[in-house]
Amino acid sequence: MALFVTCLVDMFRPGVGFAAVKLLEDAGCRVVVPDAQTCCGQPAYNSGDRFDAREVARGVIAAFEGFDYVVVPSGSCGGMIKHHYAGLFEDEPAMKARAEALASRTFELTSFLVDVLGVTKLDARCDARVAYHDSCSGLRELGVKTQPRTLLDSVTGVSIAELPGAEICCGFGGTFCVKYPDISNAMLDDKMAEIDASGADTLLAGDMGCLLNMAGKLSREGRTVKVRHVAEVLAGMGDEPAIGALPATEAAR
Amino acid sequence: MKSTARAFKANVDRALVDTNLQQSLAMLKVGFSERRRQAVERLPEFEALRDRARDIKNHTLAHLDYYLETFETKVKGLGGHVHWAPTAEDARDIVLRLCREAGAKTVAKSKSMITEEIALNDHLEAHGIEPVETDLGEYIIQLRNEAPSHIIAPAVHLTKDQVADTFLEHHARHGFTRRLTERNDLVAEARQILRQRFQDADVGITGANFLVAETGSSMLVTNEGNADLSNTLPRMHIVIASIEKVIPTLEDAGTLLRVLARSATGQEWSSYTTFNTGPKREGDLDGPESYHVVLLDNGRSSVLGTEMQDILRCIRCGACMNHCPVYGAIGGHAYGWVYPGPLGAVLTPQLIGVEEAGNLPNASTFCGRCESVCPVRIPLPKLMRHWREREFERHLTPSTVRQGLSLWAFFARRPTLYRLATRVANAALSLFGRAEGHYRALPLAGGWTTHRDLPAPPPGGTFMAQWKARGGASR
Repeated sequence: MALFVTCLVDMFRPGVGFAAVKLLEDAGCRVVVPDAQTCCGQPAYNSGDRFDAREVARGVIAAFEGFDYVVVPSGSCGGMIKHHYAGLFEDEPAMKARAEALASRTFELTSFLVDVLGVTKLDARCDARVAYHDSCSGLRELGVKTQPRTLLDSVTGVSIAELPGAEICCGFGGTFCVKYPDISNAMLDDKMAEIDASGADTLLAGDMGCLLNMAGKLSREGRTVKVRHVAEVLAGMGDEPAIGALPATEAAR
Repeated sequence: MKSTARAFKANVDRALVDTNLQQSLAMLKVGFSERRRQAVERLPEFEALRDRARDIKNHTLAHLDYYLETFETKVKGLGGHVHWAPTAEDARDIVLRLCREAGAKTVAKSKSMITEEIALNDHLEAHGIEPVETDLGEYIIQLRNEAPSHIIAPAVHLTKDQVADTFLEHHARHGFTRRLTERNDLVAEARQILRQRFQDADVGITGANFLVAETGSSMLVTNEGNADLSNTLPRMHIVIASIEKVIPTLEDAGTLLRVLARSATGQEWSSYTTFNTGPKREGDLDGPESYHVVLLDNGRSSVLGTEMQDILRCIRCGACMNHCPVYGAIGGHAYGWVYPGPLGAVLTPQLIGVEEAGNLPNASTFCGRCESVCPVRIPLPKLMRHWREREFERHLTPSTVRQGLSLWAFFARRPTLYRLATRVANAALSLFGRAEGHYRALPLAGGWTTHRDLPAPPPGGTFMAQWKARGGASR
């Protein structure tokens, strides 16, 4: 099977990619990371630039052909491939068929582990009280809700705190957060209050965009809540420095 | 209503610092969605009903001409009149003419978004006819000379204290000079004043939730009963509704009613559901002597058969705005015209032009919560995206965004160059961010760093570089 790393994981949090690889290999998969991958095309697609979205999608479709499964540690990139690619090729039947074939083989990471591979128990440890934020696309486009929680339940040392408003958008929204920063910030303010109310010391989600957004706000406000991609905790990498925290090399100085 | 949608960003700035508004929104954000959730939980077949509701509306839209003509024939057969209004101006003129024919000095109005859309009140006032809003929320904002901020809760942006002040200011001339603090007292006072206004009204103007083709009925739901007084006490009843309000049968009305109130307020049923079928008949105890239906197009027929057609399924429950985190942050007035929230983000560009309202479909994170609660399953994010596509095609997208996108796309389409660029960017972000682990400010990233830090990548390089260095499989 192939791993679609996603541009944000590649750039900002490579550890998530390695966590995904570990989880998949532990579950018995042979993981390939195709060279020709870049980004899923959402920046163009959601900005109304169908032409560039289609050309980027063309590259992704070609790069990920021939694998049994394609797994993505992101609900929004997964949702893009699964639910939006085919529509970009309405006037190219051959490409549309290839897009649909890719869509049928593509899964978000936790959903793949639980729904396809039937994994329910993991051998991992992380001492943390975690709040899980349901990233919008994963939740509403792909039905990712119970899968990450099922897996988290099996991690030794993890307790799940209820996060009020867990299903409400954090205000990231791709380019939205820089085009309308003040609205985005108001949404983040609500999210901060909800994280406070949860009593969690660690915030998890399955999408780097949301995580960078929330981690950036927590950091700006000087809060101590740690932020991680859920895959890191599931893979037993929950003791690495959190998103936006001091790198281990610097912390040791 | 005059649009301020073009000034969306300035509207947002104002809304975000309006403490009264923010106080009201804090209640709305939890209240409506929680009540809907409970109502849906109590009705196991709710999701199936949403499918039925969607199908009924789709069927009607596919045969809209037929059902409208059937409706017209039925209304005429009952002794009523049907007026076709292609534009807002036509609708205003028709209503004014009818009011003059009735010799009207005051008209009692029950809540109607269509009359907001065509700015009817201003038109009537300019011609010496006084419209009296009889829905409590509409009454409050009419006193304050404001526009509704929500399609089913027009005064939801106001706090109780603001309402108390407004009543004190405007009710003194009716002899009410005490400032009230209790909700029930405020309602009672408005009721006393409105009761006389109903008696005085020469014409009642209402909207319609549905127009039933098979019976020629117009149908209204309210929680205050004001629509019933508006359409039974005056001599003339004018219904004004847009063409997509028509549905085939009473049974369809039953299905749609089952999803309407639950989606809107979480009620199983609104307090009053009224069917108006023609004027007063011989032997009827009450009812208007004459009955008119004004059917407004105002650009809707041009949406039929286009990628935007799904928006015509809307039954105006308000669930999309009740669940929209953007609406929850900025309220309805910021959207700058009659229809706020996700509904407005799709409909407003259609009705007043995307040049004017281009910000609206862009001011969404596409979180999809609106679509997930829409009783007729309108794919609102998809329709907003269509607007963004039209804006992009017509070069209405800001040039900075276009340039950024084409630069990004240049690399995203060339994996080798992309690898190189991301390696450089990752190395730089990692190197200069290592002392803190994040950036408090960064050139060209003000949109991000005004309100939040930018987490820096940990040292070690991009995932792709590390994977390659480890000899990981790439094929």
